[in-house]
Order: sequence, then structure tokens, then C-alpha cells
Amino acid sequence: MKWLNQNVGSLLELTVAHLALAVPAILLSLVIAVPIGWTAQRLRWARDPALALVGVLYAIPSLPLFVLVPVVLGIGIRSSANAIIVLTVYATAIMVRSAADAFSSVPLEARMSATAIGYSTWHRFWSVDLPLAIPVMLAGLRVVVVSTVSLVTVGSVIGIPSLGTLFTDGFQRGIVAEVAAGLIVTVLIALVLDGMCILAGRALTPWARAAEAR
Amino acid sequence: MELLLQAFSWLLTPESWTQQGGALQRLFEHLGVTIGVVALSAGIALPLGVMIGHTRRWTTAVALLAGAARAIPTLGLLTLLGLALGIGLGAPVLALLVLAAPPLLAGAYAGVQAVDRAAVDGARSVGMSEAQIIRSVELPLALPVIVGGIRSATLQVVATATLAAYTSDTGLGRYIFSGLKSRDYPELIAGSLLVIALALLLDGSFALLMKRHASAPRSDLKTTTTSPGRNPS
Repeated sequence: MKWLNQNVGSLLELTVAHLALAVPAILLSLVIAVPIGWTAQRLRWARDPALALVGVLYAIPSLPLFVLVPVVLGIGIRSSANAIIVLTVYATAIMVRSAADAFSSVPLEARMSATAIGYSTWHRFWSVDLPLAIPVMLAGLRVVVVSTVSLVTVGSVIGIPSLGTLFTDGFQRGIVAEVAAGLIVTVLIALVLDGMCILAGRALTPWARAAEAR
Repeated sequence: MELLLQAFSWLLTPESWTQQGGALQRLFEHLGVTIGVVALSAGIALPLGVMIGHTRRWTTAVALLAGAARAIPTLGLLTLLGLALGIGLGAPVLALLVLAAPPLLAGAYAGVQAVDRAAVDGARSVGMSEAQIIRSVELPLALPVIVGGIRSATLQVVATATLAAYTSDTGLGRYIFSGLKSRDYPELIAGSLLVIALALLLDGSFALLMKRHASAPRSDLKTTTTSPGRNPS
């Protein structure tokens, strides 16, 4: 408690830094994965190779990637860009699979009806495929949110500030309260963002509740 | 890119591998910790998961618990345990055990639970005991999902075992931490490449194993596969 009272400022600062790395990575993964997932669903032959590729990406351990990305791209090892790129790789790996599953879950009749009444591919994507894919995609997004928020902390080992800094600093100085505070706040952020995903999902799929009420 | 070439030349130097505390020793330490932790965790989690899947009790609680465990950052758990247990292998091993349990548990209970009810009821009606049902009906049918869980756990542990070097002088992670401290970038990069290679090798072996199993004559039996959730680490 004493540690907390004296360090509320730095706790807030690190929380903001944590979010500034996690949120862009989560959003970027959505923007990258949705078109890939949609394409994988349309071009059957592309599906398996694409999923195999993201499977391999997913198998790469994160700490080594935090070291290698800056070497290959020539960016600073302690830069936010490094953290966001690494986090985006893992988030995208989960999200592509989930988006491909989500677009496959759209009923064929719905898609064919849209085409039959004259929707263009572009129009159908926005008003039929994407909305109907939301429930399955949301499940993937929730996994992405929780695991990304937790993964951000690994960057602190190489000096990228986040709530993980409380782990490394607390460990080196032997302050249990500091490490515990970092753990609790990280889990809280994951829970809050997860809750926001659920609410957004409800707002975006009003028909799901209408069907439940009937 | 210059650094990458230096890292490769480090990897191609025999002394980097054979000297005291060299890459060969670190590689075996890393692999040893990974196999030991997964085996220990599997010894507890798999029987528990199979029982839960067989009795279909507490499945919701276990699913919730496995989901919640995903939110816990391993580095936080590791440093907290490190402060409690001191420098050494105890803290990382305990943290890795906790990390490995959810995918193992999820694979075991989901696999057994997904076994066709008709097969289980059929076995019961011809007079098999519950132990026989588990051993000769549920386990063989659930095997692909259980192995999938072991694969997830292994990958997570081999990746996170890198962090073990943060509190103890074990495994390939040592190159990353000492390289960062002394700004020895070739060694740092070479260590990173070794961890990645080890992880991909293990993942590839599992993929091969599962493919061979799937193409065996058993594949005509109906199983529903659910992939147990895993974190990148």
C-alpha cells in the first residue's frame, strides 16, 4: 500500500504507455487480418497456405522477435515502433485464423441472396459478409486483446516502458508490492478491454438480441 | 544486416558451441527445462482433464479458469515468484508449470468431451467398466486433441523458458540478457535465432507427428477437434 501511495503517478504513466502499445497493435491486427481472412475464404487454394504461415509466425517466441525485428528493420530496439510491430505480428496471427473462420461461418444463402438481388462484391462485403462475421470474429478479437495486453510486458525486459517495467524494476529492487501492482493492473486492463469488446459486439449485432427475445 | 552476418559467423564458430557454458550446453538446458516442465505439468493436468471430460463436471469452471490464466503476464508471475523463492531455477520452473497447465487441461477435457456419445454409450452397453471406457474408447479418440494441447503447452514453455534466464543462469535466454547488458549484439542475435529455431523445430515435429497420426487407419473414426487456446509468448 505504501509503495502504491508513493507511486500513483508512475503507475498511471506506465498504464498509459502500456495502452499506447497494446491498442494500436490490436487495431492494426484487425485492419490487416480482415482482408486476408476474407480473401482466404474466397480463394480456397489460398486458405491452407495462409493459415500455415500464420501458424509458423505464432510459433516464434516473442523475446527473440523483440531483438530481431529492430535488427532487420533498422529501428531502435527500445522504440515503441518495435513493440507495436512485434505485438501486431502475434495479434495478426491469431486474428487471420479467426477472420477466415468468421467469413466461412456466414450462411451461403445470405451471400447468394445478396448477389441475386444485385449487390456488388464491395457492397456485399460491407453490408452482408462483415456484419454476419462479427460474432465469430469477436471471439478471436477477445483472445487477441487479452493475450496482447499480457504480451506487452515482455518488452520491458529489453527496456520498452510498460506495466512490465514494474516487474523488472520491482524484481531488481526487491519490492513485492511493485510487482504485484503491475500484475493486478495488467490483468485489470485486459478485463476492461475484454468487456469493451463484448459491449461493442452487442452494439454491432442488434439482431442477435432481437432473435433471443423472440 | 551487418549484425546479422556477425551473428551467423558467431553461430558458425565451433568454440561458441563447445566451450564451457557454450551454445550446446545452453541448448540442452533449454530443452531439458522445457521437456521436464511439460512432462511434470502433463502428469498432473492430463489425468485431471481426462477425468473432467469423462464426468463432464466442472467444465465451465475449467474453461473460465483457463481463460483467466491467459490474462496473467508470465513475466509478472516469474518476477513475483523470483522475489519469493530467490535466484535459481525454482521460480521459473513454477511459473512455467502454471503456464503449461491451461492448454494441457483444455486439450484433455475438450478432447474427451468431444468424443461421440454414441461410442461411449455403446461401450457401456457392451459391459465395459468406466476405466475401460476411458482407456480404450475415450483416450484413443481424444488423442489428436490431447496431443494438440501438449503441442500448445510445449511451444509456450519453450518460448517462455527464455525468460527463465532472468532469474537463473539457465538456457538460451542467457545470451539475450547478457548480450543486452554488455551490448554484445552478435551474441544477442545468435541466441535469439537459436531460440526461434528450437521453437520452430519442436512445432514442426508436432505437426509431423499429428499428420502421421491423422493418416493412420484410425482417421475414419469420427472426432470433433477443438483447438485449445494458447498465448503467444
